[in-house]
Amino acid sequence: MSQPMLEMRNIETFYGPIMAIRGVSLKVDEGEIVTVLGANGAGKTTLLKTACGALDSRKGQVLFQGREIQCRDPDWVARQGIAHVPEGREVFPFLSVAENLAMGAYNRHDRDGIEQDLQTVYDYFPVLRPMREKMAGYLSGGQQQMLAIGRGFMSRPRLLMLDEPSLGLSPALVTEIFDIITRLNREQGLTILLVEQNANVALQISARGYVMEVGGMVMDGTSQWLLESEDIKEFYLGKKDEGVRGRRRWKKRKTWR
Amino acid sequence: MLPLADVIHLAITGLAQGCAYGLIALGFVLVYKATEVVNFAHGEFMMLGAFAVLAFSEGLGWGFWPAFVAGCLSIAVVGYLIDAQIMRRIIGQSSASIFILTVAFGFIFRSLAGMIWGWNTLSLSTPFDGKISVGSLDIATDRIAIVVATIILCGLLYLFFSRTRFGIAMQASSQNQLAAYYMGIPVKRLVSLTWAIGALIAAAAGALLAPVTQVDTTIGLLGIKALAGAIVGGFGSIPGALLGCLLIGLIEPFADYYFPAIKGVSAYVVMLVVLFVRPEGLVVQTFQKKV
Repeated sequence: MSQPMLEMRNIETFYGPIMAIRGVSLKVDEGEIVTVLGANGAGKTTLLKTACGALDSRKGQVLFQGREIQCRDPDWVARQGIAHVPEGREVFPFLSVAENLAMGAYNRHDRDGIEQDLQTVYDYFPVLRPMREKMAGYLSGGQQQMLAIGRGFMSRPRLLMLDEPSLGLSPALVTEIFDIITRLNREQGLTILLVEQNANVALQISARGYVMEVGGMVMDGTSQWLLESEDIKEFYLGKKDEGVRGRRRWKKRKTWR
Repeated sequence: MLPLADVIHLAITGLAQGCAYGLIALGFVLVYKATEVVNFAHGEFMMLGAFAVLAFSEGLGWGFWPAFVAGCLSIAVVGYLIDAQIMRRIIGQSSASIFILTVAFGFIFRSLAGMIWGWNTLSLSTPFDGKISVGSLDIATDRIAIVVATIILCGLLYLFFSRTRFGIAMQASSQNQLAAYYMGIPVKRLVSLTWAIGALIAAAAGALLAPVTQVDTTIGLLGIKALAGAIVGGFGSIPGALLGCLLIGLIEPFADYYFPAIKGVSAYVVMLVVLFVRPEGLVVQTFQKKV
């Protein structure tokens, strides 16, 4: 068995005195889509930021293809082959769409390859093609999300980390973007780590999933198994009128079995 | 009423002065956009630039142009090192500490220059001495040189920032530093490079202004007027800063002529008026973030 693409071991990350992540471990194998679910403030974004070097963990290791990458500068981590598509798009608002995409390929020097990948991005996201010269700040939220994903792809990463790509998008757009994420995984062989609140769509496209709660992992398993688990149904999909332990009440204590 | 010839004369003086302010303000704005630091020692880069060019041209006898290039480049190196070695360590501290630090740098630079080159006023001879006569009008060539140099430098900067990979990456990192990091852009190096460019332009301005202001340790104080110009234009916008500085430069000689009692204050008066009437400055560049 080859080594995993990304492995996090017992990561502890602090915001000042506050422990945001308390000993989390996670593994992403090559070619997989892995989902991390969790409510607001569960530490999902912190986890991704620790993986990409924007935050330094106090304890634990981040291994990328077997090599330790924790506590390095994020630009160095990016050059190793990890593309991070941050929460809330974070495109460069005063640069054109084409310039944004070119920035994704900042560390590449193979002109033909860059041009080819640019066409690939426009093929995946045809709405961006006629907007090439437009400033990214003028795009709609969905288009900005597409641009952010395309920009991440332009570095030809080994691992693409997506932080809540569904945030603030209409259901139709969410479906469209998740279709493209699936295609990027299948057609381009991209390994994807996906952080989401939208449990249903995320588990539909991923192979495995983890569930985070107040800085720790509470569940993990195949996406199929998670989709069928009573807890996920109750806490994330809202499918139950009646909890396993009797009627579901407002403010009922949430316990993970 | 002033005779037309005097009006033109004052206007040209003001235009040249405004261009020089503009060159200094460019550095203020570039550094501010890249790091959100207002470098109050920026004017001293201009002063050091004038001294460095003087040292190379008169001390070493290199002639003006080689000395100009060497002087500006050495100040660029100073700017780079200031960021890479010192400013980077203090980023993230309160803006008050950063403010005090940059002011302190101003004092240090002035003292260093005084210790090295003395406290007397020196003069730098440039190839721009002389004047052109248009009809009855005499225009000093050094003033024209400043205007032309400003246009050339701004053009070069525009091309650099809009066409080159480095320039666009610098824009990207000033617009969204974290996202630039995620792209693998070496943000820290680019920020130091921005300081170097700012220092280089200021040094060039210092050398070009030398025939007008002479060279002594206090000429860096012009930087404060450039800062006023940048604020008038809307801090954070490069065209705005140039516009604001040209405005202040043009108003200054007329104000000094009509109100000699408050000589040299007009720049700040203009700044105050603009801050009252239009606090965001003349040129605004903001984007609302989409959620």
